[in-house]
Amino acid sequence: MLRIIANRAFVAIPTLILVSMMIFGLQKMLPGDPVMAMAGEDQNPQVIATLRLKYHLDEPVPVQYALWVRDILQGDLGASLRTDVPVTKLIAQKLPVTLQLAVMAMIFAIGIGLPLGVLSAANKGRALDYGANVLALTGMSIPNFWLGIILIFLVSVKWQLLPSSGYVSPTENFWLSIKTMLMPAFVLGAALGAQLMRHTRSAMLSVLRSDYIRTARAKGLLRGAVVVKHGLRNALIPIVTVLALLFGELLAGAVLTEQVFTIPGFGKLIVDAVFNRDYAVVQGVVLVTAVGFIVVNLFADVLYILLNPRLRRS
Amino acid sequence: MRKILLAAALAASTSAVMAQSNSTIRIGLQDDIGTLDPARSGQVVDRIVFSSLCNSLVDIGPDLKIVPMLATSWSMSADNKTLTFKLRQGVKFHDDEPFNAAAVKANLERSRSMPASNRKSELASIDHVDVVDDYTVAIVLKAPDAALLATLTDRAGMMLAPKTLTDDAGVSTHPVCSGPYKFVERVQNDRVVLQKFAGYWDADKYPIQKVIFQPIPDSTVRLANLRSGSLDMLERLAPSDVAAVKSDKNLNFISMSGLGFYDLTFNVSNGPRAPKAFKDKRVRQAFELAIDRDAINQVIGGGIFAPIGQAIPSSSPYFDASIKTTKRDIPKAKALLRAAGFEQLNVELTFGNNTVSNQMAQMLQAMLSEAGINLKLRPTDYAAALNASTKGDFELLYLGWSGRTDPDGNLHQFVTCKGNLNYGRYCNPDVDKLLDDARVKPTLAERKPIYDAAQKLLADEDPIIYLYAQPWPYAMSKKVQGFTPYPDGLIRLRGVSIKA
Repeated sequence: MLRIIANRAFVAIPTLILVSMMIFGLQKMLPGDPVMAMAGEDQNPQVIATLRLKYHLDEPVPVQYALWVRDILQGDLGASLRTDVPVTKLIAQKLPVTLQLAVMAMIFAIGIGLPLGVLSAANKGRALDYGANVLALTGMSIPNFWLGIILIFLVSVKWQLLPSSGYVSPTENFWLSIKTMLMPAFVLGAALGAQLMRHTRSAMLSVLRSDYIRTARAKGLLRGAVVVKHGLRNALIPIVTVLALLFGELLAGAVLTEQVFTIPGFGKLIVDAVFNRDYAVVQGVVLVTAVGFIVVNLFADVLYILLNPRLRRS
Repeated sequence: MRKILLAAALAASTSAVMAQSNSTIRIGLQDDIGTLDPARSGQVVDRIVFSSLCNSLVDIGPDLKIVPMLATSWSMSADNKTLTFKLRQGVKFHDDEPFNAAAVKANLERSRSMPASNRKSELASIDHVDVVDDYTVAIVLKAPDAALLATLTDRAGMMLAPKTLTDDAGVSTHPVCSGPYKFVERVQNDRVVLQKFAGYWDADKYPIQKVIFQPIPDSTVRLANLRSGSLDMLERLAPSDVAAVKSDKNLNFISMSGLGFYDLTFNVSNGPRAPKAFKDKRVRQAFELAIDRDAINQVIGGGIFAPIGQAIPSSSPYFDASIKTTKRDIPKAKALLRAAGFEQLNVELTFGNNTVSNQMAQMLQAMLSEAGINLKLRPTDYAAALNASTKGDFELLYLGWSGRTDPDGNLHQFVTCKGNLNYGRYCNPDVDKLLDDARVKPTLAERKPIYDAAQKLLADEDPIIYLYAQPWPYAMSKKVQGFTPYPDGLIRLRGVSIKA
């Protein structure tokens, strides 16, 4: 068992190296120069030359890469070229924000998607099923940013119910934090909920057709009990897999949502960094995200092995 | 007795609530702030924060006249090479260090010598700084520099606490200045918080206790935040929202034409991409004649894109009223093109991609096509546009400049042969001579005719088409009172209060 885990972890290393090279290389291919972005309006050639030297931007790209890797191995992700704040500090500041958004969005997605999926499967071909499907299709087709802006105008400007944007830390003011995050989490969660609903519906439909469901019904069990206890429980396995996949989509969707609601999270950090050619921040953030994905995948691999004894022999 | 106590407690709590409501102003900014080090700053938005955080030696009034700030008076020596400042006494930095001549010297030395200083070229004319006595400082120049005083109203003249000067990373993350508000915290992409500095020399003129700057780049969202009450004020309202704000009974709209401009720069001779046609001034004039600035102002500008025909703002005493903005004249434009040997012209326009510049590019495309000029549009992001312009990787460039108080800052570096921001590499020794000359003449009376002559030359030669003055449109809640706009666009909170 331990050997299998060690094996998987070992395979992750070349992946990580490849990812780090891609981050570095792709970024260097962007037109534009961080030093010129830093030098501001004045574009003083002296300043540009000094900064280029300071950040080793005059070296060949492979040398820059080697220097970067050397620093990472020492736990140093560098500092923002624009503001001098260490990248590790920025990540520590922004990651909890995006995680809170992601978790709350997930709660919305599950809260909407799961019951709707179950209900529409149980009522296949009836009005409720069609209604839920129309809702899901709408949810999937509405662009994130549009829904966000419309909600800001309705909920915050017109009805003045919720704050329109920004972020409050839960340690500072728990309820205000939840209230501020409610709209963005809903916007982000709605599209995922719609997808989840479709997956739940099809998983439920195939389970509900199986023999043991018919047997359970024939025994005279209540319909609701059969659907929830016998149906949903077995349909959950593919649904959980989809959920894990959707979590990645969630992080990507957070980039746009954070822009609309001006939430100072990971997404906003990276978008601003790309526009300013703040190499250190882009590299650091993407690297941390990549490491996160690799770790989650590793974790999932291990989980499968734990859940399915047949995999242990391979 | 208990009743009285209760009433007193109630009264105290209501007055506390009132003080609270008057204590904080939340201001929405268009961009996130860069560095908080005045010596390194390179963005306009940084200056908006600095104007509450840091004091400079001198400031400008709404009429662009230089007024006292940390210096109470100043004088120029007869040879125009020594600028002496008398300093305000009893001023303290936010860390309680006293402000004096030694602090001025230390700050100017740092801005002149620090490798990454963006102020170096602005202060290049300084030879050395002498501490005459505790409250008198003399700046000795290598050569006369008429623009220096105006430069010292901006970041070059901002004073940081001397003890903090050696820690560059510290200055850029938590600056210690001597302004009306002191630094509390900054969360990147989210907010900068300032708190009133009780020891400020002019403290009773600042009723607001706490200032929160929030960068919200999307103008729609910025306005939504103002309307929902999450912001009290915002800068750079989108032109398309002007009408909506004006008709909103809860909001005030205040706009001012700025010091800066938006222009079209011709690539006259920067690298192989410079079109041959642009070497002929008749072609450049044809572009000028094909453009309808009033239509741009009405359609895109919401009435706040004031048409201009020169680099010097109309608020400046150096403004040349005799230069009129060109009116559209298509037959004349076609005739000029034909005289230069062109029936049709294909040109690529490079611009930083945003809503307004996109609309602008499309409108220019439509207007120029009527004169036989086919404009191909090349939107890029800002960093890439900057790169392209320096390298000469463009034909025609749509660009903005935030503007400077002194006319030198709006002209010299853009149109002199070796100018740092002369992206089109237009070069005319006559223009160079005039603008160099205006730099060393000390008085308005001597400089004005020189600038007039240079501008007449430029208006005819047309290396840059000045389209409209950079506007500073603000929207604010009716609760915000006492705000005065300045042509430099900075938000000065002196006298600003919030009605409960």
